[in-house]
Amino acid sequence: MSSTDASLGKRGPFLAPQGMERWPWWLLVALLLGLMIVYQILTNQQMGAAFGAVAVGLGVTIRVTLLAYGLAIVIGLFVGLARVSTNPVINNLASFYVEIVRGVPILVLLMYIAFVAVPLGVQGVNSLGEWSLANLGLGEALVNFKVRDFPNEWRVVIALAFAYGAFESEVFRAGIQSIEKGQMEAARALGMNYFQAMRHIILPQAVRRILPALGNDFIAMLKDSSLVSALGVEDITQKAKLYAASTFLFFQTYSILAFIYLIMTVLLSRGVRWLEGRMSIYRR
Amino acid sequence: MTENIITITNLEKRFGAVTAVNGVSLNVAKGSVVVIIGPSGSGKSTVLRCINHLETPTGGEIVVDGIKLTHNSKDINAIRAEVGMVFQQFNLFPHLTALENITLAQRIVRKRQPEEARKIALQQLERVGIPEKANSYPGQLSGGQQQRVAIARALAMQPKIMLFDEPTSALDPEMIKEVLDVMQDLARSGMTMVCVTHEMGFARNVASEIIFMDKGQIVERGDPQIFFTQPREERTRLFLSQILH
Repeated sequence: MSSTDASLGKRGPFLAPQGMERWPWWLLVALLLGLMIVYQILTNQQMGAAFGAVAVGLGVTIRVTLLAYGLAIVIGLFVGLARVSTNPVINNLASFYVEIVRGVPILVLLMYIAFVAVPLGVQGVNSLGEWSLANLGLGEALVNFKVRDFPNEWRVVIALAFAYGAFESEVFRAGIQSIEKGQMEAARALGMNYFQAMRHIILPQAVRRILPALGNDFIAMLKDSSLVSALGVEDITQKAKLYAASTFLFFQTYSILAFIYLIMTVLLSRGVRWLEGRMSIYRR
Repeated sequence: MTENIITITNLEKRFGAVTAVNGVSLNVAKGSVVVIIGPSGSGKSTVLRCINHLETPTGGEIVVDGIKLTHNSKDINAIRAEVGMVFQQFNLFPHLTALENITLAQRIVRKRQPEEARKIALQQLERVGIPEKANSYPGQLSGGQQQRVAIARALAMQPKIMLFDEPTSALDPEMIKEVLDVMQDLARSGMTMVCVTHEMGFARNVASEIIFMDKGQIVERGDPQIFFTQPREERTRLFLSQILH
């Protein structure tokens, strides 16, 4: 044996795992646990009841996730474009928003929006209503609009969209800047203006590139939708809290809650992985 | 005397502390083929890119087809409509087919109807010799084919002037000829062309004027036959001895 063999150590140079070492054991164990829980839900009375109580909130969870994410994407697109703009006013406003919002925990942002921004907004709507009532004779509904009429669910959706918009704008910005300069040059050389070039050449390519990142953020949004429970909105997390508090079945309830989130996120993850596969076929 | 369609007077382009183009003056007559050669960093590509304002000149004046090039975007867009450009890296739009690459600008810039744009696109693809590749994506084409699509894309806008920025420098040797042939046909058809290239054979056979640049300035210019056989400047002789082997 030469000295080089000895220095490589007992197992020699790194070998890719073969045979049973390659199996995704973690996935098998997770699947097993999942099946056990499903079995429990179907047979064990307490687990079944807990599942029933928690699953009622699924509609709210899904609705909040979809609405907040949809809004966040729209915000992200425009703020992302603003960040790459050469106009200093637009650029700085966008940067201010992104840096501040990314630095504050979402829960804190939620409190701020729910208890500061929304009341201020309602006051603004009231003033607008008073003005229009005095000058145009209509707007009574605007004047009578009260803070408590503004649903908590909307406040959370706005807060989540506002928070995630900042992150999505960075994703869009990265996507736009990853398109090589030559594309914009070719578009401009053909006579297109900046907006035409963005709309037809840059953005279609950029969006294709960032779809996996956007998919991952959607999964994150699903988990952060649990923050609605901070305002008492009845999604699955809030339902679980209420059920567990009244029955003391903490183990069953919270296990089921985690299980429900996991099913959704794991399925979505596979979806994102599949999307990534499709993207790499289309790109050269 | 054919009129000059491009007039460049004392062009200067600085990038911070570096002066890439330092007092270049040249005229391009309508229908002529001007070939600019020189070592890397001589500023030849920069001069070309100033013509359609992909680079903003820091000094001097450029007049294209009677329109003075200024910061005014209307002037810039007006000039870009008359000037087509072919890039070293092709810069085809990868998410569009060859046909779509060629029809897009026609539709949104020239505002042509889709059918008319399509017809013109197919004509140009025939002209560059690859009509069968109309529905292929750039990723499915060879380098030479991609560059020919890029030439067709520029030609479909019916420009008065075509600029070529080292169009064959990124191609495998076997494909250079097919692109140079297209360029030669184009020259014969009377198109005004300004080319930056290292292809000396092309320069010798097709150019109506050769311009040799070094360190941001024009060192020598003239008729290609004379230029290659009896260069006046020492610097030119040095350059020619290095590249002609």
